[in-house]
Amino acid sequence: MTPYSASSGRSQFSDPRASFRLTLIIVSLLVLWPMLKLAQFEPWLLFNFENLEVIGNFLVQFFPPNHDEGFLWIVAGATIETLAIATAGVALAILIAVPLGLIISHSLSISRIGPGSDYLFSKLIRFSARFLMLVLRGIPEIVWALLLVRVFGLGPTAGVLAIAITYSGMLSKVYSEILESGNTLPSRALLVSGSGRIAAFLYGLLPSTAQELASYTIYRWECAVRASVVTGFVGAGGLGQLMDQSMKMLNGGEVSTILIVFFLLVLLADHLSLLIRKQLT
Amino acid sequence: MGFSVQNVSFKHSNATHALKSISFEVKSGECIAIIGASGSGKTTLLNLLATSLKPTTGLIVHDGFNPWLVSKKALKKLRSIIGTVHQSPPIPSQQRVVTAILAGRLGKWPLWKSVVSLIYPMDTLGPYTCLERLQLADRLFDRCDSLSGGQLQRVGVARVLYQAPQLILADEPVSAMDPVLSDLVIRELVDESTSRNATLIASLHAVDIALRWFPRIIGIKNGEIAFDLSAAHVTENMLKELYASETGSLPTQA
Repeated sequence: MTPYSASSGRSQFSDPRASFRLTLIIVSLLVLWPMLKLAQFEPWLLFNFENLEVIGNFLVQFFPPNHDEGFLWIVAGATIETLAIATAGVALAILIAVPLGLIISHSLSISRIGPGSDYLFSKLIRFSARFLMLVLRGIPEIVWALLLVRVFGLGPTAGVLAIAITYSGMLSKVYSEILESGNTLPSRALLVSGSGRIAAFLYGLLPSTAQELASYTIYRWECAVRASVVTGFVGAGGLGQLMDQSMKMLNGGEVSTILIVFFLLVLLADHLSLLIRKQLT
Repeated sequence: MGFSVQNVSFKHSNATHALKSISFEVKSGECIAIIGASGSGKTTLLNLLATSLKPTTGLIVHDGFNPWLVSKKALKKLRSIIGTVHQSPPIPSQQRVVTAILAGRLGKWPLWKSVVSLIYPMDTLGPYTCLERLQLADRLFDRCDSLSGGQLQRVGVARVLYQAPQLILADEPVSAMDPVLSDLVIRELVDESTSRNATLIASLHAVDIALRWFPRIIGIKNGEIAFDLSAAHVTENMLKELYASETGSLPTQA
């Protein structure tokens, strides 16, 4: 049947993929519904009167935020510590993620163009790099933190390393995907004129992907600032540890001050990302 | 660099035959134009010569060896002395003209030099001279996305001039240029070839340019060689047969 033949009363311009798409939507709904059931997704409980009262009482404590000078100084110190942990963690993560991302990315594969003589070898390397990446990001940072605390003791080292390990896995995955989704013709042309992989990346792929790579990295830095709450729980210092203390003492005012600081940090990350993106266009 | 093409066929992954058992010999320093209707297999042939594609059957012997059988290092070296001018230049639009031209030498430079040049161009005179030959010297430090299609094509040509390869492959190198510029660019490519005894193979859609500048013409039709003659022996009838246009006019640039 040609696309133009009118048949069984259907319009001759009816989309040949329409029935496939309808099936896809129905199947996804059928899969999703039992999952929501399994997850005990019951949002109407939120609007139950008793529950509303409990939430209300908790939120009332948050106001006014604690703004005594002494506490604000402590928060300022903790903020700097948090920024240091997040920055050090992400910087280490980048060091691991860049080579991994370059190895995994198919768009820089010379053996794909040919000759295929060592195709198996490069496939093996790519596979092991992919596996390493999976291990790095498959284990949540809190688990790494708890493990590393046993090695390094309480303190920022465990926190920084936990962030570095998990985030290197995430960064390398997204780096390799960004490199593959970009225009790969320039780097391929360079590889075919004898250039090495790294040079082909720098001259062929980096110019068109730098903006996206940078903005994702900054987004991850922002996530690391928030993740330092988790590392704070294992005694890595910073805002996380402060929040842990305030939560345990049920001091809503302090918690809300710390939340406001987090909010400002996210805003800062957003602006930083905008600024760097503008520089790279 | 000379090479010989021996019974080369190429089949795309969708099973269409782009080239069917093609054979010809090229001596070092020859200038050859490849003409034919679009879809006849010109680009595929150039990609095969560039070692960017591997022949499905048959053999291309570059300077006495089969590139698909030698070591990775030898192939890399071979690739670094083959320069390709692409019809749509594969240059990132955010890159500056000077960097895009320097990229021509990546195959010869050590990595540290490539890295440093990305931050501060280690050679500006070289790219400048290449651009000057193509009347584009004033755009050396401009970004490529500020150039027109014809200007970008000339940057692509300048990159290959800077690379100074032994085999220059040009795929429709002047398709976005007016007749005057086309003539200039083809003349520079031919000059480059004769002055360094480098081989030049150019696919062209404009028959007049091919006949004017190239001593040897290869006509390709439906993936086969229709004729392989010196320019003086190519007749109007052969060209009409090649483009299958008995009534229409032949494709020209002017």
